[in-house]
Amino acid sequence: MNETIPSPKHSVHTTSLVGIADCDIHPELKDRYGLHPYLSKRWRDHLDQYGELGFEALAGGYLYDGYTPLALRRDAWPGEGLPGSDLALMRKQHLDPNNVVFGVLEPMVTLGNGGRNLDLSNALCTAINDWQIAEFVEPEDRLRASVMVVPDDAVSAVAEIEKRAMDARFVQVQIFTGTTEPLGHRRYRPILEAAAHHGFPIGMHVGGRLGSRTASGWPSYYSEFHLYNAFAAQTQIMSLILDGVFEQLPSLKVIIIESGCTWSIGLGERLDMLWQRMGSEVANLKHPPSHYLHQNIYFSTQPVEEPDNPEELNDLFEQIGWDRLMYASDYPHWDYDDPRYAFKARISEEHKALLFRENAKKVYRIL
Amino acid sequence: MHHKPTSVIDCDIHPAVPGNDALIPYMDEYWQEQFVSRAIGDMDLASYPPSVPLSCRPDWRQVGEKPGVSLASCREQALDKFNCEIAICNPLYGGQVAASGLMAAEVCSATNKWLAREWLDAEPRLRGSIVVASQLPDRAAEEIHRCASDKRFVQVLLLAGNEMLLGRSHFWPIYEAAEKHGLPIGIHAGTMYRYPTSSGMGWPSTYLQDYASGTLLFAAQLQSLITEGVFAKFPDLTFVMIEAGISWVPSFMWKSTKVWFGVRGEVPWVKRSPAAEIRDRVRFTIQPFDTSKDPVRVEKLIEHLGSEDMLLFSSDYPHWQFDGDDPMPPGFPVRLRQKITQENPLRTYPRLKETV
Repeated sequence: MNETIPSPKHSVHTTSLVGIADCDIHPELKDRYGLHPYLSKRWRDHLDQYGELGFEALAGGYLYDGYTPLALRRDAWPGEGLPGSDLALMRKQHLDPNNVVFGVLEPMVTLGNGGRNLDLSNALCTAINDWQIAEFVEPEDRLRASVMVVPDDAVSAVAEIEKRAMDARFVQVQIFTGTTEPLGHRRYRPILEAAAHHGFPIGMHVGGRLGSRTASGWPSYYSEFHLYNAFAAQTQIMSLILDGVFEQLPSLKVIIIESGCTWSIGLGERLDMLWQRMGSEVANLKHPPSHYLHQNIYFSTQPVEEPDNPEELNDLFEQIGWDRLMYASDYPHWDYDDPRYAFKARISEEHKALLFRENAKKVYRIL
Repeated sequence: MHHKPTSVIDCDIHPAVPGNDALIPYMDEYWQEQFVSRAIGDMDLASYPPSVPLSCRPDWRQVGEKPGVSLASCREQALDKFNCEIAICNPLYGGQVAASGLMAAEVCSATNKWLAREWLDAEPRLRGSIVVASQLPDRAAEEIHRCASDKRFVQVLLLAGNEMLLGRSHFWPIYEAAEKHGLPIGIHAGTMYRYPTSSGMGWPSTYLQDYASGTLLFAAQLQSLITEGVFAKFPDLTFVMIEAGISWVPSFMWKSTKVWFGVRGEVPWVKRSPAAEIRDRVRFTIQPFDTSKDPVRVEKLIEHLGSEDMLLFSSDYPHWQFDGDDPMPPGFPVRLRQKITQENPLRTYPRLKETV
């Protein structure tokens, strides 16, 4: 295994003494049977025979393979199993050297909450939730779990949220950005209500049922796929705002994970301009759309955006709001952001404290 | 060539096809029979329902009249008011979205003939875009060849949302024909609605979101054109993003360039960074100016674009993108006004020089 050699060019991270929060760490199964201990015999047999019914053309693989094997860091493979499955290596490569004191798990194992068979998806989500606790959070108290739920089955999703609500080791409800319909639609509202009621933010990580990814057909290349991933987040923000979710649930927080953030500045301006012309179509909104964007939406920073002039990042983050942004590493994926070197701008200590720790503590309710 | 300093080249106005009756005289016998005997309904685009506020500025709207059908109103409200030396007509009608490629090609061809006769012949300040059926690229190429001899046609027009992403080789006959005649490819807001406007996740519940999501379509098309190697394959072709908005562009350029640096080994035929390619080969009309009007922010936007050659003046008449008599966004730097109203359009549309 090769160790990462840090580039000496910039070093902006000086918060290691007090520790940092990381809102995107990917735990992985040891092997394809990794969830079996958490599934009933029926679903173990089902998976062995039928696998998961997804939405793309290949039975097991990816239509858009990453540019590294499984889009993972080449140096993060343990002796056995996949990157992210070995807690000792995760500690050694990431948690310890970067002094991560609080890391949020974003499980992307199986189709999880994005499959077609809802009974199977429910069983998988419950299994993934139990598995995170047993194999990561119990042995490593710096890690916290996400409540995986099936968006297309609101009744079961609400039950799963209620089941985990008293367990402080769960810090968010996870819904991938790819949903069957935009998240503001009525069918999803009970899930959002339950999350708001129990004080869970909704973490929206890239993934799930992303479909064609564009409104003009399917991409040919990973180079496109990777960029189009961010579109889903914009769709979800627009829908959540325009369908009145935040008007109804003003306390609901939504975290956009791994989808970028600087586009949100223009998106807010564009929506406000259109709202001035056509606010009558969304008459239940009492404020311009950007109001809800600034009030209810948070962003994780990875993969950090890189303007031509790196120092511009300060101005861009200022416009988004320093209280809206949270560092994420995406460990162990290929486009991992090292907290020491990812930000090419000189960021003030005060802003670093927000970005690397304080905002996450607040959003995830860590005392 | 002398230009009055205050006169402008407006790169996006929308004369409206009044309805099928206006086009039927320009169709062949088979299609005339089809349209008449089946009473095929008018083909206004769902991207611009005539009644929605965005489709027509309130003070330009006339009771009982579809926005954009009147040349007299266009002269009075746009050409005279904005002091247009030239305005480029971008008709949006059903030929661009029809399910049958043959019908699409016929309606597009009829639209081009109608535009030449009813608008370009009647008003010397007007120029036209050749609308083509992306559903049948070979027929589209034929239509480009047919229209190209009329020098008043200055670009080829496609919609942003198609049956496939525009970089795919399916569309290359269109690009080949356009390049041959020195015509840029204009990609205009709007979609065939073959895929949900959400970019893959079901349909949004509002027109507002449909329209706002247009930026995602333009970003997808730009990335597709870059990734599939269209800029290298057609080195003399310019692409104009029309009514695409602007606020999203810098963020897209940063992201696209970062992705290219990361995984360019996948697409070794893409030799230049996306940002460099976009600055050289892609242009954007200025309305809707969907960004801050604060002069400091506008300067910042232009700095982020990284080139002063990219913006083209436009009014988007009669769509409701601004109020008052001047489509120039407040806060737009004075030093660049001449550039975007004259220089950039003349360089983007070489045929304008031939006919001015």
